[in-house]
Amino acid sequence: MGGVTVEAAVAEAFREEWGRVVATLIRVTGDWDLAEECAQEAFALALERWPRDGVPRRPGAWLTTAARNRAVDRLRRRTKEAAKLQEVATLADDHAPARDDSGVPDDRLRLIFTCCHPALPLEARVALTLRTLTGMTTAEIARAFLVSEPTMAKRLVRAKSKITNAGIPYRVPPAHLLPERTGSVLAVLYLLFNEGYAASAGADLVRRDLCAEAVRLARLLTRLMPDEPEAYGLLALMLLHHSRRAARVDAAGDLVTLEHQDRAKWDRGEIGEGVAVLEAALRRDRPGPYQLQAAIAACHATAPDAAGTDWARITELYRRLARVVPSPVVRLNQAVAVAMADGPEAGLELVDALRDSGELAGYHLLPATRADLLRRLGRRPEAAAAYREALGLASTEAERRYLAERLAGTGEDGPGEP
Amino acid sequence: MRYVMFVCDNESVGVPMEDADPESWVREMDARGVRLQGMRLRSGGDATTVRVRGDEVLLSDGPFAETKEWIGGLDLIECDNLDEAIEIASKHPSARFGWVEVRPLWEG
Repeated sequence: MGGVTVEAAVAEAFREEWGRVVATLIRVTGDWDLAEECAQEAFALALERWPRDGVPRRPGAWLTTAARNRAVDRLRRRTKEAAKLQEVATLADDHAPARDDSGVPDDRLRLIFTCCHPALPLEARVALTLRTLTGMTTAEIARAFLVSEPTMAKRLVRAKSKITNAGIPYRVPPAHLLPERTGSVLAVLYLLFNEGYAASAGADLVRRDLCAEAVRLARLLTRLMPDEPEAYGLLALMLLHHSRRAARVDAAGDLVTLEHQDRAKWDRGEIGEGVAVLEAALRRDRPGPYQLQAAIAACHATAPDAAGTDWARITELYRRLARVVPSPVVRLNQAVAVAMADGPEAGLELVDALRDSGELAGYHLLPATRADLLRRLGRRPEAAAAYREALGLASTEAERRYLAERLAGTGEDGPGEP
Repeated sequence: MRYVMFVCDNESVGVPMEDADPESWVREMDARGVRLQGMRLRSGGDATTVRVRGDEVLLSDGPFAETKEWIGGLDLIECDNLDEAIEIASKHPSARFGWVEVRPLWEG
């Protein structure tokens, strides 16, 4: 076999097996750093051996065995870890979790739950999940989250030592904790996706790649938790958002709103998969926030154009979402959908109620939405005033440009009243 | 694993005595065998903070941090892992009105 092919096989094994090898080694040794080091050495060994001996039939099993042997060697050198050595050497897989076709136990679910334990700070959960499950290097994660490498390294070290010192268990939580902890896992993966999505207008590939990593992890979670419809909901939501990435930004780098996106640029393959995954989730009849958001995204993704969108259904979905997630931002989106389904007057009524509640004070999308509805109602001076209010609150240049353009469109863009 | 629970009460929240009474919690945790030791402290007003700077012993009246919340008691617990420690702490009545800090012991 040629060198290039073997290298490709190792690269693929790295993508596919890194998390599993690390997860198993952590279970076996209880030592997170040792697990990472041994996994790294196993992959280095593969680069050396596979060209000579050929790619093994079950690369994952080969790598896990190689990493485990390394761990035994290292622990043998540390005499005080005799007890641990005993454990590794006589490794009985009695308590091992489900095995896949290759016969290698899959510890990744306990790894995910441990990385996403709510006793760890959120930013550490995200970083640790990436480092241990995807094999992204500390330098790459640091770049993706716009912090220095030493800062990220410190964050990872602190998280790992808290897991050990505070006694965070390496396990899938028992049934009574499962719903809450699953929520934490889903939130971490969604945050990961949104980090990448927010960067999709930028030039940094590493940041954009976060989306792909988040999709991979969500896909993995659906395989590891086949009975959790929200895992499918999250995967569907990510796929449906991701399908629009090519149309979200114009040639000048400005964000394009959903209404004006070139739908020919949407990835039909991803939309098809997202819709199928969502349908499989909804069949379980246990809808949650991710499934509802995915259902809304699916309405947009399958509509021929903005006007042909099923706004009545979207309104209904937002109404249900607002019940499960009582957030004013959800209610604002609900108002937009109502305006599309029942006319701007009905939407404005909801937006004004939100404004009177004061819950979204300082959030530029509240006056921006109001402005848009007032404009559609022909109430131009009021629309202009609301656009000006939004302009004063918007934080990014792209948003300000968009709002200024809209303000000019009202024909009331003279200096504001004092 | 062994943890110390710092049980903090918030003096600015008026809590009816019977709601704040940890007695049934103590009984439950003693029966479970997870509470090794526990003690109640006198109020922060009775505390004296001691510092030595150079050769001088400096004293100040009150707890080391000026807050409306102070440590009202300590419990030493022993349980399987942090999840169990969190469960034990969350059942303490003071967790509802003040807070409980769970700290693992430094062990070899």
